[in-house]
Amino acid sequence: MERLEVKNLNHSFGFSEILRDINFTLNKGEVLSIVGPSGGGKTTLLHLCANLLDVEEGLVINSFKKTAFAFQEPRLLPWKNVVDNIALGLIAKGEKKQLAREKSKEIALTFGLDKEDFEKFPKDLSGGMKQRVSFARALVTKPDLLFLDEPFSALDIGLKKELQNILIKKIENKELSILFITHDLMEAIRLSHKVLLLKADPGQIVNSFSYDLPQNQRNDEFVYKQTADLLQNKSIISTFELELK
Amino acid sequence: MKFIIKLLKDFPAYLFSGWGAIASIFLFIACWDMGNQVYGDLVLPSPKETFKTLYLMLHDEAVWLEINTTIYRAFIGFSISFAIGTTLGLLAGFFATASIMSRPIVTILVGMPPIAWIVLAMIWFGMNDETVIFTVVVASFPIIFVGALQGTRTIEGDLKQMVDSFELPFFQKCINLYFPHIFSYVFPALISGLGMSWKIVVMAELLASNSGIGSALSIARSQLDTPTALALVVIMISSLMFIEYIILEPIKREVEAWRD
Repeated sequence: MERLEVKNLNHSFGFSEILRDINFTLNKGEVLSIVGPSGGGKTTLLHLCANLLDVEEGLVINSFKKTAFAFQEPRLLPWKNVVDNIALGLIAKGEKKQLAREKSKEIALTFGLDKEDFEKFPKDLSGGMKQRVSFARALVTKPDLLFLDEPFSALDIGLKKELQNILIKKIENKELSILFITHDLMEAIRLSHKVLLLKADPGQIVNSFSYDLPQNQRNDEFVYKQTADLLQNKSIISTFELELK
Repeated sequence: MKFIIKLLKDFPAYLFSGWGAIASIFLFIACWDMGNQVYGDLVLPSPKETFKTLYLMLHDEAVWLEINTTIYRAFIGFSISFAIGTTLGLLAGFFATASIMSRPIVTILVGMPPIAWIVLAMIWFGMNDETVIFTVVVASFPIIFVGALQGTRTIEGDLKQMVDSFELPFFQKCINLYFPHIFSYVFPALISGLGMSWKIVVMAELLASNSGIGSALSIARSQLDTPTALALVVIMISSLMFIEYIILEPIKREVEAWRD
């Protein structure tokens, strides 16, 4: 069974300790969220898992075959048009250019991009459009494991929901496992099987919450209720420093 | 191939947008004619006379020979600075120490007046092709070098990380990320380097050679032949404008369409 396993992971930048003794396992078909305050080492943890940073201490074992990454900002290549930006992920996998473009056009349509947008450069796209392209680029390769670094944080609620629904559909079909970083508890509850709480200075996992209801049955009521519950939780209050001062 | 077709397709529209430019050139010529009426033929020959001289000159094979000599020198000089400038610029960009060390040297090269280089080159190489080509190289090399250096230094970490996350092979990284980024810096530098070469080649010829447009200009000066001098200036300017507006600008529009 494919999985991502993190064991006794520590990480420091110079003398400042960023992560201390992180342990978790992400199984196939699961969505694991890591929530915590900004600047708490979440992104570092994600970069270590995605092999964008070298692991110094501990183990990261990734047996998923295909991974993809969606960043907080769209990070599109400014000199490539929409289709070529999406095709980048396929070209990296050695796909022929023509075929890669065809597939990219196909997926672009499912992500709410229009035919007229295909030849546009990123400078002519709105922020939401760019993030659609970024998502399409990550998902066009049909990854088994998707790393998400707060990709919804700058989007309006409609687009947020639209992109989340695309992910939920893929989760339902067990096509996709996700490691999701966010500071938004509601997002985490809507999408995840398991939520890990990462406290800052140094980053340590202090609590974990599981949600068994299938994602497509989670309505707003469920999400609000669970969020309200979480906000009462002592570990959440102390990690996010929610107590009144 | 697709790029060339697009370039040709957009070309007529681009040319049509040139009416404004042509109007302003005619306005300039009108002012020139006024100057002629005020100062007389010896100081400032009329545009008509200048263009008549130009017409006669262009039918003279000897003049074409001079033009070719100048083009040859500018081209060789520019090619050498292109080759050395981009290579060294890229190398310096990849190593932090090299880029810090090259900064002051570039400042010296840029700051040194070309006329000083001409004097040195005359001492080193004598009065021939090498002197002119050398001057062209030292004058346009720093511009291209700085362009390549900055292009290499400024590759965005974010985009690099994105490309890494897709595990692009090195070759693909080059053609998708490094080359377009560096090119976006080198291309404008090449254009200014080319303009610089063209100006410097004439100056160097005027002082240090007995062939080429520059030396023809020097002869015209010694004979007080103002119409010929002006006709030569017209040749220089129109060839520069041809290169800049007819060849380079349309290419620039296509390759930089993605810019804001």
